[in-house]
Amino acid sequence: MQKLGDYKLPQFFNYPPYFTLQPVRDTREKQIQLWKDLILDYCRTQKIFVIALEEDFPLFSNPAIERSLSHEAREAFLSILVSDGRAEWLDKRHRKCLILWHRIQEWANIILNFVKEYGLEDSVMTVEEIRSGIESRGTELHGIDRTILMRALKLLEQKGKLAIFKGTTADDEGVKFSI
Amino acid sequence: MAGNCLEVVELTSSGRPVLLPSEIECSLLSAVDLECEELPNFPNLKSAILTLTTHRLLWLPDSSSQGASSAIPLASITHIFSAKKSLKSMFASPRIRFQLSVSPDGRVSSSGSGSRSIVVTVVVRGKGADLDVFLTKFWDNWRGRAWETGNADVTSGSVSGSGSTSSGLYTKEGTVRMVGVSGILRKEQEMWETTDKSLQDAFQDLNALMSKAKEMVLLAEKMRQKLLSSSTSQPSAAEDEELGSKQEMQDWLLSVGIISPVTKESAGALYHQQLSRQLADFVRLPLERAGGMMNLIDIYCLFNRARGTELISPEDLLQACVLWEKFDVPVMLRKFDSGVMVIQNKSHSDEEPDALRTGISARDAAITVGIAPGMAKEHLLTAESKGYLCRDISADGFRFYINLFPEIDPNNVYLVKDYGVYDTWLSVASASG
Repeated sequence: MQKLGDYKLPQFFNYPPYFTLQPVRDTREKQIQLWKDLILDYCRTQKIFVIALEEDFPLFSNPAIERSLSHEAREAFLSILVSDGRAEWLDKRHRKCLILWHRIQEWANIILNFVKEYGLEDSVMTVEEIRSGIESRGTELHGIDRTILMRALKLLEQKGKLAIFKGTTADDEGVKFSI
Repeated sequence: MAGNCLEVVELTSSGRPVLLPSEIECSLLSAVDLECEELPNFPNLKSAILTLTTHRLLWLPDSSSQGASSAIPLASITHIFSAKKSLKSMFASPRIRFQLSVSPDGRVSSSGSGSRSIVVTVVVRGKGADLDVFLTKFWDNWRGRAWETGNADVTSGSVSGSGSTSSGLYTKEGTVRMVGVSGILRKEQEMWETTDKSLQDAFQDLNALMSKAKEMVLLAEKMRQKLLSSSTSQPSAAEDEELGSKQEMQDWLLSVGIISPVTKESAGALYHQQLSRQLADFVRLPLERAGGMMNLIDIYCLFNRARGTELISPEDLLQACVLWEKFDVPVMLRKFDSGVMVIQNKSHSDEEPDALRTGISARDAAITVGIAPGMAKEHLLTAESKGYLCRDISADGFRFYINLFPEIDPNNVYLVKDYGVYDTWLSVASASG
C-alpha cells in the first residue's frame, strides 16, 4: 500500500473522486468523514500541529493519480474539524489551522499523568522543559506545539493544578505544579 | 360614390395607381380639390393627391371616404387656361383651370370627342406646391400626346407635335425618357432582356456540347455492353490480356462515375478498393482526436469536406468501410443495436473496458451508448444524485466513477471486502501501477 513517509495510507487514497468535493449529500458526508479521520490520524502519527492551507501539505495531494484537493475542499474539511472542536483557525483569513488530534482537555490530562508518572507534583519546570526536556522524551508531550501546551497549562491553572509565572530568563515561563 | 363622369382609376393592393403601358408619373400636388360648377353630377372630390402623368390626371384620395380614385385623360382636355394673376388670386388658394370635353350626359370622353365642354378647376390647398412647375409640365404632357403613340419603343420619331424638342417627354430618338419609379423598372426590364439574350447565345454552345455528350454516353454504353458480353465467353489464351484491359476499362468507367455492372456483383472493384484504403488513411487522425471511436456520419462529413470536389455518396462510404474487412487496416466498422454505425480503431476495441479504472466522461458515455453528449451528461448526473456514481474533476476533465464511498468502513479504513466492487476496483487500479 502507498505510504506517505512512514505513514500507511488507506487504499481509497488512490481513488480519484476522493479528491473532488462531492455534491451529493450522502456521498459528501462519507467523504468528509473519511477525510476528517485521515487528517487527524496522519497529524497524530506525524506529530503535526499546524496545517497551512496555502502551502503544500503532503496529505492533500496524490501525485500517483495526479490529483489534489482544491483550496475550497481543504478549507471545507478543516472547517468541519473546527466545528467538531478538533481544530482551530489561527487567523481570520483561514490560512493556518491548529489541529487538535487531542483536544485541549485531553492534553491537560496527559500533562497531569505525566506529572504524576514522573513524580513532579511539587516541582517547577519551564514550559520549554515540558516540551523538550529529557523527561518528556518518549512521551506524547515531546515536541508538542507551544500554543497547545500553553492552552492546556492555562486550563489546568484555572483548575488550580498549577501556576504559571514569568521565568528568570526573558523568554521562558515557568510552571509550578501543585497537583 | 364616384361620379359617373370621370373614369375610375384601378389601384394596386398597396393603393398605387395601375398605370397604362408606357404611362409615366411626372408631377404631384397634394391636398387638391377638383371642382366643376357646370356639371351637377360632378363628384365631390376634396383634398387628395393630384398626379400628372404622361397620359392622365389622376386624383387619388387617401381613403375611400373622400371619393373614388378618378382619372381625367389628357386626351379629353381641350384647353388649359393660364393662371390669372390678380389681387384675389394672391389671397386665395392657387387654382388651375382647364377645359374638358364631355359627352351630352356628362361623361368625360377619353378621346376628346364629346359635344359639351366644361371647365374644371383644380384648387391646390397644399402648402409648398409649386404651381408654375406643375403647369409647365401639364402643358408639356398635354401637348406631348403620349397616348397617341402607344409603346415607348417607337423609334420612328413619328410622334406628333413633340418630336422636334429634345426636352419634354421624348428623346430625339423617340425612346421614352427614364424618369421616376417606372423609369427604374423599365431600366431593369431592359437589363433582363439583354441578359436573356446573351444566355440564349450561350446555350447554343451548350446544346452543341450536349449533342457531343450524347455521343459519349452512347460510346460508354457500347463499352459496357461489350464488358457484359465478354464475361460470358469461353476461356482462351488471349483472355488474360483481355481481362487486364477489361479491368482497366472498368476502372476508367468507374472513375468517371459510371458504375460497371460487372463489378457491382463482385465486391472489390479497384475504385472501391482505392477509396477504402484512402479512407482508412484519412480517418486515422480524426479517430485519434476523438479517442478511438467516431460516428460514421461524422466521417462522411469530414471526408467529403476534405475532398472538396468529387464527393462520395453515403453508399460509397459504407462500401469502402465494409471493404476494410478484406484488408489489413487498423480500423473497423461497428454497428450498434440502435442502428448507429461507428468506426473505431482496432486497438481500441481490443482493450478491456477501462471505465472502472479511469472513469468515464460524458463524451465516452455518449459514444458508447450512441446518444448526444448533453443527454449523456444528464444521465450521468442523475446516476450521481442517486449515489451510483461520483464525480472526479481534474485537469483530465469531468469524469464519473462508480461510487465506492459506501463500500468503505470508516471504522476500519484499511478493510477491503473480498469480491466486492471495491476489491475489483483495487485490483484494476493497482494492475496498471
